[in-house]
Amino acid sequence: MTAAGISAVSAAARPVRGGRRLPLSWLGVVPFFAYVGLFLLLPTVIIAAGSFTTKDGGLSLSNFSGINQPYLVKSLANSLVVSAVSAVVGALAGALLAYAVVTGNPRGILRRSVTSASGVLAQFGGVTLAFAFIATLGTTGVVYIFLKDRGIDIFPNGVVWLTELSGLVLVYTYFQIPLMLIVFLPALDGIRPQWREATESLGGSTWHYWRYVAGPLLAPSFLGCTLLLFANAFSAYATAQALISQGSVVVPLAISNLLTSETGRAQPGLAKALALMMIVIVMVVMVLYAVLQRRTSRWLR
Amino acid sequence: MSWRYRIRGLAVGVAALLVVAACGSSNTSTVGAASAKSAADMGGMSALVTAAKAEGKLNVIALPPDWCNYGPAISAFTAKYGINVTSDNPNGSSQQEVDAINQLAGTSRAPDVVDVGLKVALANTSVFAPYKVVTWGDIPDSLKESTGLWFSDYGGFMAIGYDSSKVPGGTISSVQDLLGSGFKSKVALSGDPTQSNQALNGVLMAGVANGGSLDDVSKGVDFFHSLKQAGNFVPTIGTAATVKNGQTPVLFQWDYNSLTHVKDVPTWKVWVPANASLFGSYAQAINKAAPHPAAARLWEEFLYSDAGQNIYLSGACRPVRQTAMKTSGKIDAAGLAALPAVTGTPLYPSFAQQTAAGAYVSAHWSAAIA
Repeated sequence: MTAAGISAVSAAARPVRGGRRLPLSWLGVVPFFAYVGLFLLLPTVIIAAGSFTTKDGGLSLSNFSGINQPYLVKSLANSLVVSAVSAVVGALAGALLAYAVVTGNPRGILRRSVTSASGVLAQFGGVTLAFAFIATLGTTGVVYIFLKDRGIDIFPNGVVWLTELSGLVLVYTYFQIPLMLIVFLPALDGIRPQWREATESLGGSTWHYWRYVAGPLLAPSFLGCTLLLFANAFSAYATAQALISQGSVVVPLAISNLLTSETGRAQPGLAKALALMMIVIVMVVMVLYAVLQRRTSRWLR
Repeated sequence: MSWRYRIRGLAVGVAALLVVAACGSSNTSTVGAASAKSAADMGGMSALVTAAKAEGKLNVIALPPDWCNYGPAISAFTAKYGINVTSDNPNGSSQQEVDAINQLAGTSRAPDVVDVGLKVALANTSVFAPYKVVTWGDIPDSLKESTGLWFSDYGGFMAIGYDSSKVPGGTISSVQDLLGSGFKSKVALSGDPTQSNQALNGVLMAGVANGGSLDDVSKGVDFFHSLKQAGNFVPTIGTAATVKNGQTPVLFQWDYNSLTHVKDVPTWKVWVPANASLFGSYAQAINKAAPHPAAARLWEEFLYSDAGQNIYLSGACRPVRQTAMKTSGKIDAAGLAALPAVTGTPLYPSFAQQTAAGAYVSAHWSAAIA
């Protein structure tokens, strides 16, 4: 019993050497791969297969041609615009915040409180987030009524932009900025003060430092993080559902509508084709992200 | 030591025998139940009750507790027959009910019975079992499938519910009133009409009230487009929560659902337009592969009994046996008197009209409210 245990441990510790025993090190990653297989790969395969299948079970591309309807094209365009705008706004604001944090004391209260708050807020999404905005800025919200009583109407002419696309951008930004801070902070930490000193001792200005040293070093990471924010917003569902529940404004809502309609619009094949299209877009974005991250890690570690 | 084990072994053996015996007895009756087309096929009501009690369980789906008083109906059923009811996905749509029948087929969690919109009922007869309740004769012919694959259970009128303290003048007397400047960010639907049957009927009703007809829903879509242009349309789905917090002070909904808001908002009024009194009904159907076939049939008998129909009525739903029960004097008169007044001629959209309306709205809704 004991001997067997020791040999298993040693085999696990040295999987490369000695060909007589089966290496057991892979056992440790089995739960991970089982999880990924069941909850990521299997659904993807089901979606991919379903998107090429008609209602009668035949193979067909008709689901993909079905995407070319004005309302679906519009929801796709909306999704791309909302994700892009919220990603760019989130990335710029988040990067500035991260820079402010990095220039402060690394063990100071500011850095610790901002990073831990961001850790929480980056995960703050879904119905709770939408509700928080409805309860504050909505037409019955405390902030809206407080301002209105003082003569400031944040919805001029009765246009409640909170429940339109611009509102969605605002709400998404709420979790995009903290997420940007979390993913961009390590890159900023990798910038060494010595590089700035070197630039200055060689007669370079602040502009030279950012243009030729820090800028090029941080650019891949910044772009990569922006892409991550884009994918994050692109796949968000519950927030949009709770905020704008009419008209399938973004793709995830259109997919849900196509799956649950009781008035004759239910087309699971078309929903899966849309889902596959989203998967492809996110995959492209994530591959670009990985490439940019690899480039970043060449200099900053 | 060994004695104790032996006793335990004996107990387990006896228990196993009992279970086998129980399964055996319920099997013989459930085979009958699954193919029974009426209580008589099973040897009468008492045999049905016995078989259902032996099953001991019933799965229902998409029944919100405050919708037609389904909460009290379930409690009354359990109290009367001692059958535990599992109520799944209470806020689901009719389509999700049928999806559950297909996806959970063969498991003990599959829904035994469904309560669906007529459109979904008509489109999915292949997954239903034919059954005729004892009171079958009281259901009007136009509201049931002749073999009993589905049969209407209750209905109501499409209404405009509103908080009288939040609308100009405290009352709404025409659908066109809603376009006025006093209704900024106030008017909502109870669902997305490309998805929800209730919301689609709301658009259809607005269409009829604006010079359209049951055959022409385009006027309804145009009306909501104008509402949106005027800044009066709220793109949030109206629910009990949004009514309570004031986000949706004017809401298109079935009258029976709208009336449930009075307990949260005492100034809530329910109004059925006289020029567009649109009636819509829902239907019961039994899952062909119900895991508890006898309990499923007993549930239907319960809902269509005088007591069951009066439970619907006390939830402000108009029970399908209303006319017959009025004649027999078994109807709950207080419940009847509490229903919203309907002064116009009732309109009954047909299956074809609903389908055409659904198709038109699917194609034009997103553009109309964007």
